[in-house]
Amino acid sequence: MDARRVSRTVIDPKVRQVGFFTPNAEAPPGRTQSGPAIPAPSLSESPASNSLYPVMIPPSRHLSDTVAIRTAAVPVPDSALRRKESVDVPVGSYNPSESLLGTSPVSASPSSRVGDGLEFSDESSALWCQRSGSGKMASSLPGGGFESAASKTPVEVPEKSGEAVAESQKELPANAEPLKPKTTKAERRALQEAQRAAKAAAKGEGKKPAAVIGGGTPGKTAKSTKQKKDTPQVAASVAASDKKGGDRPPDKERKKDVPPPRMQFDDKSRVEKAKRRAVVNQIEAKNRVELFRHLPQYERGTQLPDLESKIFQLDPMHPAIYKVGLKYLAGEISGGNARCIAMLQAFQEAIRDYSTPPEKVLVRDLTAKVSSYVSFFTQCRPLSISMGNAVRFLKSRIAKLPLSLSESEAKSTLCSEIDRFINEKIILADKVIVRHASTKVRDGDVLLTYGSSCVVEMILLYAHDLGKKFRVVVVDSRPKLEGQALLHRLVAKGLSCTYTHLNAVSYIMHEVTRVFLGAASVLANGTVYSRVGTACVAMVAHAFCVPVLICCEAYKFHERVQLDSICSNELGDPHAIAKVPGRTDVNYLDNWANKENLQLLNLMYDATPSDYISMIVTDYGMIPPTSVPVIVREYGREHLW
Amino acid sequence: MADVQGLVNELATSLRKRKVEGSRETARLTAELLRTVISAQKLPSPTNQAAALIAAVRGVGQRLIAANPVELAIGNIVRRIFHIIREEELSLQVEGLSLSTQGRDRDRDEEDDKAFLSSVATSQRLLPDKSPSSWTLKHHDIEAGNDLIEDIITCHEQIADLAVALTLGQSRTVKKFLRAAKKKRSFQVFVAEGAPKYLGHVLAKALAAKGLQTTMITDSSVFAMISRVDVVIVGVHAVMANGGIIAPVGTNMLCPLYRNNQEVLLNDMRCPSELLSFGEFSDFMDFSIGSGASLLNVVNPAFDYVPPELVSLFVTEIGGHNPSYIYRLISDFYCADDLPQQQKPAS
Repeated sequence: MDARRVSRTVIDPKVRQVGFFTPNAEAPPGRTQSGPAIPAPSLSESPASNSLYPVMIPPSRHLSDTVAIRTAAVPVPDSALRRKESVDVPVGSYNPSESLLGTSPVSASPSSRVGDGLEFSDESSALWCQRSGSGKMASSLPGGGFESAASKTPVEVPEKSGEAVAESQKELPANAEPLKPKTTKAERRALQEAQRAAKAAAKGEGKKPAAVIGGGTPGKTAKSTKQKKDTPQVAASVAASDKKGGDRPPDKERKKDVPPPRMQFDDKSRVEKAKRRAVVNQIEAKNRVELFRHLPQYERGTQLPDLESKIFQLDPMHPAIYKVGLKYLAGEISGGNARCIAMLQAFQEAIRDYSTPPEKVLVRDLTAKVSSYVSFFTQCRPLSISMGNAVRFLKSRIAKLPLSLSESEAKSTLCSEIDRFINEKIILADKVIVRHASTKVRDGDVLLTYGSSCVVEMILLYAHDLGKKFRVVVVDSRPKLEGQALLHRLVAKGLSCTYTHLNAVSYIMHEVTRVFLGAASVLANGTVYSRVGTACVAMVAHAFCVPVLICCEAYKFHERVQLDSICSNELGDPHAIAKVPGRTDVNYLDNWANKENLQLLNLMYDATPSDYISMIVTDYGMIPPTSVPVIVREYGREHLW
Repeated sequence: MADVQGLVNELATSLRKRKVEGSRETARLTAELLRTVISAQKLPSPTNQAAALIAAVRGVGQRLIAANPVELAIGNIVRRIFHIIREEELSLQVEGLSLSTQGRDRDRDEEDDKAFLSSVATSQRLLPDKSPSSWTLKHHDIEAGNDLIEDIITCHEQIADLAVALTLGQSRTVKKFLRAAKKKRSFQVFVAEGAPKYLGHVLAKALAAKGLQTTMITDSSVFAMISRVDVVIVGVHAVMANGGIIAPVGTNMLCPLYRNNQEVLLNDMRCPSELLSFGEFSDFMDFSIGSGASLLNVVNPAFDYVPPELVSLFVTEIGGHNPSYIYRLISDFYCADDLPQQQKPAS
């Protein structure tokens, strides 16, 4: 025993550092790498690239000018800002509920930018208005956006929107009325459409404006006036002037902010309904675990042959989609990033081969198509949260397509958008994370990782390439034993590894100095949703005072919250537990399905409470788990608008 | 004597090869072997009987302990026998010199009866018994240690109705405990499979066969399920004097979950040991992935040490105990003089 202790202390530092600490000697070079200067050009084009500030932990670095301006703008009192808006700016209805957003640091930026508001690119101004609600629109738009929209439309579309303009001019005094304490949905909607109109007008400069489908709007206008009696003019005028976004009901779009309710599989009527629509024939598992009735539990092995035989009957399904779906079902693609990329590429292919049917609008039809693809994927395997985010991104991009674009243009735009998402949000994000996290690896460290996370693997290999001397402990667990593949790859690259199973984690934790874990998703309350067993590792590490670093791309962040692992989870194949590969002597549960009282439970994910997590490494920097909501709010939507 | 040596060698070999595992099995075999040793031992003179017996048992005991230092039950049984021999000697001295063997027999029988009444049964499991007539009785004692758990009428008091219990790996005692509780309460059991031995499969099967609502989960899902679990019941390998336990690997992961929650209720085979640190782990190299690369090493411990803070309760055949009370029980059952000899092979 003593001998073993001695031998293990070779690489184990005498003094264990707890929690955060700044590596003194090697920090500065690492810092400059991990600082705001992100090497990738395309990432720095993105609006978020220069806005790392709210989450960056590294203390000493250059603040770029814009950052300085913006940080200076932060302390502007919110109330003052609001008052100014409500007094000076009669355009648009004031909306106290929306201006809650005004408490965010970014929301103050329009005031600092009002001077150069007109210099905004179309994209970014639209982005600002959309994201930050009424106040921002009011303060930054009056010079450019709305008026230009109003003044342009009559010239170019005289016959249709002449009355609209008249109405919208009429509407201005109407809006200047005393503000109601609580704004209605209609007002909010009107505002949003106004913003969108402004944007469309700004964009459509020189081009034929989007009023072509104006013929479609009156019906809608009538409907909305019926619904919202209190602001009929606003709704009418906006609907008329808003040609571009007319086919996307804004109420729905608002609802998108809230995570959609998940299908609860203990709701019988809904399950029946879903079953009728289902492409994949699924037989419900027999011995279902009572606690998890709300999750889908199907017999494995039956879907795949069934689906394979249907390949020629399912004409609405694109073959690329079909292929990827089958791979999900067979478990050939696993891992959050791989699944997400495969899905996006399948979408890309499907979009390339897409042609708008006659009598239909591309935007609407393609959205429906994508939805049907998504539901097909969901039947193959429940979507991960990261994939849900990617789908939201794609749908918003489709909805945002200017109608003036021809079909081929629209398709190529979408494809390049998807490429950009994959590059920026996944590939480059990984690179940034690797840079950040490798600064936390020091000579002599013993790093523990659980399962197989591709980001963690990249970190380990990168740190190894940098010449750091460290040892890796790979912890693994049944039934997937994903760690073995990781182990093979690491050993092949020449890293010194120790392999053990999850139960032994408390035994091995004595010698570990850092824990690096991947995540399937990070939720807004700081909970990390990840491969089952991660929570155990994090808990033991916490008990042994070893820092736990979660490595997760920001596109996997989600505004949903979760407290336990039971409410939302994914169930794997229970038969996988009954058999132990390579151990023929363990065959006690061979025909467990016939036993009435026995159930097997194969959970796929678990939720790690934020208490156990020291730090989350994302592409926006290294943040404590309490800062996750900031990332979600400030940056989570940037790809949606 | 030669055949006794042969038996000792045989048991030592099978212990070394890990053919005999589990505290219950080793304890039983050790007790049987020592009984043979004692009966084969020629007693030189009536005056020095105890010392001679102790010397003989110690020699055998040390070999067995060295064969598998993790099986602390062996040492316990050896020490238990010392204790009994000493008590015998003492009672003999009090009674005066009568016919030693008969006196012993009678004495032992009395003790056994008492034991049954006060349900201090396991403590009696190893009497240095010589007469075949009482063999069945003694054998019964070993079984009784477990069966008594089932007989404790208050078993179900620890488990509320509709509760969810979580256990890890397999333990005969846990199985019996749950079965006994089943008679009075309906509850649900989650069984973690307990890598690397996967004995949880056995337990799940057995419990399901008995009509308990059983769900088997992977070890990794333990954290996910803990929020729905009311009580954790684990069979232990050995209990330390400080109240810590040695239990199948994974238990340490299980217990901190409960720090802020309810009790960790430990069902115990009653083999307290004076060792405060624990010996090396047996490594089961059953992962066939080591490609011979020198960079790779595989760790596979079999047991976990769980500190006493994480244990809420010990349920033994003589009642429920706090971890802080365990040291007291040890001094009840073992003679203080014998304790140091245990440290040698283990350190």
